[in-house]
Amino acid sequence: MFKAESNSIKSIINKNWQQIHDEQPADEAVKMLGSEALVRSLMAENVEIMFGYPGGAIMPTYDVLHQFQKEIKHVLVRHEQGAILAAQGYARASGRVGVCIATSGPGATNLITGIADAQIDSTPLVCITGQVHKDLLGTDAFQETDIIDISMPITKWNYKITEAREIPQVMARAFFIAKSGRPGPVLIDITKNAQMDFLEFSYKKCLHFNSYLPEPTPKEQSIKDAADLINAAQKPLVVFGQGVILGEAENEFKAFLEKSGIPAAATIMGLSAINNDHQNHVGMVGMHGNYAPNLLTNQCDLLIAIGMRFDDRVTGTLNTYAQQAKIIHLEIDNSEINKNVRVNVPVLGNVKYTLPQITDRIIEKTYPKWREEFSQLHKQEYDAVIKEDLTPSKQALTMSEVIDMINDLTQNDAIIVTDVGQHQMAACRYAKYSQTRSLITSGGLGTMGFCIPAAMGAKLAKPERTVIGIVGDGGVQMNIQELGTIMQTQIDVKIIILNNEFLGMVRQWQELYFDKRYASTEITSPNYQVLASAYNIASAKVSQREKLKHALQTMLETDGAYLLEVMVGQEDNVFPMISPGDSVSDMRLK
Amino acid sequence: MQHNINSTFDDTKKDYTMALFSRNRAGILNRITAVFSRIKLNIDSLNVSETETHGVYRYSVRVNTTEKLVRRITKQIEKQVDVLKAVYATDDLIVQQEVALYKIPSEVMIDDIQTEDIIRKHNAKILRIHREYTVIEKTGHKHETQALFDELQPYGILEFVRSGPISIGKINY
Repeated sequence: MFKAESNSIKSIINKNWQQIHDEQPADEAVKMLGSEALVRSLMAENVEIMFGYPGGAIMPTYDVLHQFQKEIKHVLVRHEQGAILAAQGYARASGRVGVCIATSGPGATNLITGIADAQIDSTPLVCITGQVHKDLLGTDAFQETDIIDISMPITKWNYKITEAREIPQVMARAFFIAKSGRPGPVLIDITKNAQMDFLEFSYKKCLHFNSYLPEPTPKEQSIKDAADLINAAQKPLVVFGQGVILGEAENEFKAFLEKSGIPAAATIMGLSAINNDHQNHVGMVGMHGNYAPNLLTNQCDLLIAIGMRFDDRVTGTLNTYAQQAKIIHLEIDNSEINKNVRVNVPVLGNVKYTLPQITDRIIEKTYPKWREEFSQLHKQEYDAVIKEDLTPSKQALTMSEVIDMINDLTQNDAIIVTDVGQHQMAACRYAKYSQTRSLITSGGLGTMGFCIPAAMGAKLAKPERTVIGIVGDGGVQMNIQELGTIMQTQIDVKIIILNNEFLGMVRQWQELYFDKRYASTEITSPNYQVLASAYNIASAKVSQREKLKHALQTMLETDGAYLLEVMVGQEDNVFPMISPGDSVSDMRLK
Repeated sequence: MQHNINSTFDDTKKDYTMALFSRNRAGILNRITAVFSRIKLNIDSLNVSETETHGVYRYSVRVNTTEKLVRRITKQIEKQVDVLKAVYATDDLIVQQEVALYKIPSEVMIDDIQTEDIIRKHNAKILRIHREYTVIEKTGHKHETQALFDELQPYGILEFVRSGPISIGKINY
């Protein structure tokens, strides 16, 4: 017998299949060009802003965008990778679907890194690419690239539109699939003829798509089993990920924590789901996370994983990961269950709906003795690492003290957008949050060059909030062309370059694991002040501790974009650290 | 409990047959095979055809791998938006059949009495006789279609094709 999980194959297929047939257009149809239908589809999905770059195969759509510039703001970027990373920043800050648009060929392939990033970090995106006329497909036409096949393994869904009449239904599906269930990027490739032909347009939002089950329903028994394990636990630990934020389950999560009394540690992607000062918050797990939650992962008797996926940067070696504990996994994506870590009780579904059911069944508890273990280990981390990070005894500035001062000056209220590397770890360790969706970072893919475009997107999503990009001297040079977008669109982002004149994280690994052979990690920088002024962006540079506060204050008080370069210790390392291949309990403090 | 998924299953490789059901859409086959090629897993055979439900396609995929991996990729395939269902089974739980076609020169059918015996013995069928060639059909497991191949080979096989197995679960749902 095939191992169908519960029902028979046939009944599942019939059930899924019969739901179709109500996707027919409902409104009265209006005759229009495909390009207009595409733009009107975006308007029907309440798209207010999109990021893109024009080119031959997408020109008919740009022509219509020009007519509708009051309805949809189009941000002209300087490179298509900037467009998709900005769309991600927008999506991550707002919770809405980010939209980007590019032409065929190189325009489309330049989106690929961003698509892979959005896929691994579950960011809802709709990416639109132009394509050559359908009669030219397969002929190696000018700027023809088979972007559908290239993007297949890194999109949640993709589709090539070759006829104008397909546009409304496919666009409706694209937005539904991108946002529902475990979100992800959807790519729609649209041939030039489909943009230039007429169709009878009417739009109906997609509410379901047969063959696609966005949110599985949890088994009643698993909710009960989870609650029983929680009620019996002596030393439980919660590890929460982005599932809490994506499920908009922050309140449900808080209610669960407050009733259960269980200490909770974030993955990088889970940061800011609850405020740092929440009584249950015990820091961050993972390679450069906090000492206490990492070590105590191997001491707890129950691990409750909420909307996270046991990434290898979180677990260290699996051989020694939480072997003593029972594990409950609350997860929307069935393929994550038992992928890396075998769990005792899987609870499938959106945590927004599963958590309250568990909260209802658990008894109110506190764990003073267990919490004491966290405090003691935290004190060790404070003495060995945090104290020197935040109040350094040496002359050079540390990345961490810069982050800490930002917390003070913004009352923990800024949206922090990072790039990838040492400064990212410093930001994730020390930045404080007072609202959800306040940390935007490339978690799964580790995409350098993420910061500047993602910060632009975040600011356009949340104009009322202060958006601060924290970037290294390596990453800033990877999408530095987007300063041009900031200039043209007048985006009020504050960018802080933490400059150690090295590709710091790789250099740290070279120091620790490659006998200090610094292969290609020394990197020079341009004069950022001259560069910023070329882009008409205010800027400053600071390298002395006594001038740091004033420099940051000036940055925050200046209207418009600002670039602040902070010179930091050249060979500082990020600690604590779980060396690759080590166990979470072997985390080193130095 | 051993939580490391790598050590909860043994590393023995076995033949698995997967049954996958998808919408009929250009590109979905690539989406499915990409899940295999991502981990450099060879597909031993693949058979795709429409099911009794119009618009739903069934894939029979044979792979030789570990249970840990077949479980993981089955879920990763089922996760695809256009896939309705994905399941897997070992050989003891399914009934399988495949068909093979053999094209041999007609002259050996006429001249050599042995070929008649071979066809009888293997319970094979003759589909077409042309003055140049004869097409023989044999259904059965791979070792059975192979056995006929081996016996016909000395007489000269002009062309040979095997469909790859299709399979059905043993227990009635």
